Amino acid sequence: MKTKKQKPRLTWTTFKGYIPLYLMLLPGLVYFFINNYIPMAGIIVAFKKYSKRKGIYGSDWCGLKNFEFLFKNDAALIIRNTLLYNIVFIILGMVVGVALAILITDVYSKRCKRLYQSAILLPFLVSIVVVSYIVFAFLSAENGMVNNGLLKALGLPAVQWYAEPKYWPFILTFVNLWKGCGYGTLIYIAGITGIDPAFYEAARLDGASRWKQITNITLPCLVPSLITMTMLNIGRIFCSDFGLFYQVPQNSGALFSVTQTIDTYVYRALMSAGGIGRSAAAGFFQSIVGFILVMGANFLVRRISRENAMF
Amino acid sequence: MLRTKSNIRYQAIINTVMMLVTVIMVAPLVLLFISSISSERSLLVNGYSFLPKELSLDAYRYIFSNRQTIFRAYGITIIVTIIGTTCNVMLSAMMGYALSVRKLPFRNIINFYIFFTMLFSGGLVPSYLMWANTFHIKNTLLALILPNFLLSAMNVILVRTYYTTSIPEALYEAAKIDGASYLQIFTKVVFPMGKPILVTIGLFSGLTYWNDWTNGLYYINDPKLYSIQNLLNKMIQDVQALQANASAAGSGAAMQIPTVSVRMAIAFVAILPILIIYPFLQKYFAEGVALGAVKG
Repeated sequence: MKTKKQKPRLTWTTFKGYIPLYLMLLPGLVYFFINNYIPMAGIIVAFKKYSKRKGIYGSDWCGLKNFEFLFKNDAALIIRNTLLYNIVFIILGMVVGVALAILITDVYSKRCKRLYQSAILLPFLVSIVVVSYIVFAFLSAENGMVNNGLLKALGLPAVQWYAEPKYWPFILTFVNLWKGCGYGTLIYIAGITGIDPAFYEAARLDGASRWKQITNITLPCLVPSLITMTMLNIGRIFCSDFGLFYQVPQNSGALFSVTQTIDTYVYRALMSAGGIGRSAAAGFFQSIVGFILVMGANFLVRRISRENAMF
Repeated sequence: MLRTKSNIRYQAIINTVMMLVTVIMVAPLVLLFISSISSERSLLVNGYSFLPKELSLDAYRYIFSNRQTIFRAYGITIIVTIIGTTCNVMLSAMMGYALSVRKLPFRNIINFYIFFTMLFSGGLVPSYLMWANTFHIKNTLLALILPNFLLSAMNVILVRTYYTTSIPEALYEAAKIDGASYLQIFTKVVFPMGKPILVTIGLFSGLTYWNDWTNGLYYINDPKLYSIQNLLNKMIQDVQALQANASAAGSGAAMQIPTVSVRMAIAFVAILPILIIYPFLQKYFAEGVALGAVKG
């Protein structure tokens, strides 16, 4: 701030006037301290041989042993899965989101527009547990609709969906898109409605086709928000939707090669006997790399368009 | 738009495409519902289907005869959702208000303290160890309420922004001149005027609590404390989980479980409240999505 106002000295009497406000802040600040800040300090558990009796801080240090174990065994698979899925999700989410947003804003009838908007956001509200039931209704080996309805009608043999890894990258991608694309679409609709209608009017007078208008007006105007969304997503590229990868494949061991991500690994290792070390190491890796990526992504967004940066 | 021939054709095309998308979005939920009212026999023969051979309400009858388990889980979800959402909204409102007072000393430090929780997180392991071993919340109702969802930095920031931008400074001044204290300004002026944003964040907080199954997965293994999502989570592998309490109470145990349809019936019952309120509060849901998008 350039115009520095003379700050009045903070005296006890002026401070006293603010005490009610501090009291209103207090419960929330305490909650953040417990729920967020204590675990932040607790990530040092990744360098310890945790013992329940001694607690996080009292346990003995063990150097990088947890990381050695993690990187020798499982790291490559879980990092590969997390990254690949996220890259596919980011690209598809953007393409489908923008396409649907353009279609919906072009719909002339107000009532239809509302209907489409409501419909695409609906899956977003359904819990992932219920989603896994719906997927089960389609894919269950004995009673699933795909095996009993589709494949039988086509004369094809039934597939043991929950035991065949090769199909799951597609299934998970589809489920993610089905559940999540409404969210992105609504954001892009907001972006498109913000475009000055005068641009389109001028283009129409010049006889530009609808396709020309999309490629020359709509898409360029959306670029800032597309960049921002992508950067935010890249900041979270080491995080995965635990429910999608744990719940939807129903925790099936046969599918781990294509469903194990950092988040499912952290949970499974944490709950298995003696797995807490590698779990903590994977979690530490995710937290630190995630933090670096969020900071880096924000730095880039700031350089491209300041007002879209988080801070 | 002009009603030219090419425009009419264009409208026909995009409406067809969007109708198709709408069907893809809604059809899976329809399948869930139809499966829940299909007869067990037709499910065993033909599998889950949009056009079952035979309809039956056996699954719902079974749910009702085993109501201890399901109604209990439902009740727990309702209690947790109400308490959690109320706390979330109240805490966010109070913090948002205090931080919207520009002259508040140390305001920037506190803002940063809150914001930093969005940038860095300790992750599951330390937070699990803390809640389970330091605070001993395992197998208590608190385990479903406290971890993670009670308050989020995002909500505080949304409320603070709303208060600073949508409530005119003059209103505060007028209240000040009338001799109102900060607390009175909050309860009489700011809280009532900020209702739209509180409804929006309350809706999303409620949705989070209603749909959450992770806290239950981490901290609850007592079936008496299962939320509806946790009950579903257990049932997908083992429908017998439904009878965990039934035999003790001694009713409905004799009835054969329509395993294939009852799963879908409970899943449908779990999303029913959302399906009911969605049409009425759709505006707030859409607004919340747009708001959340502005800042991460």
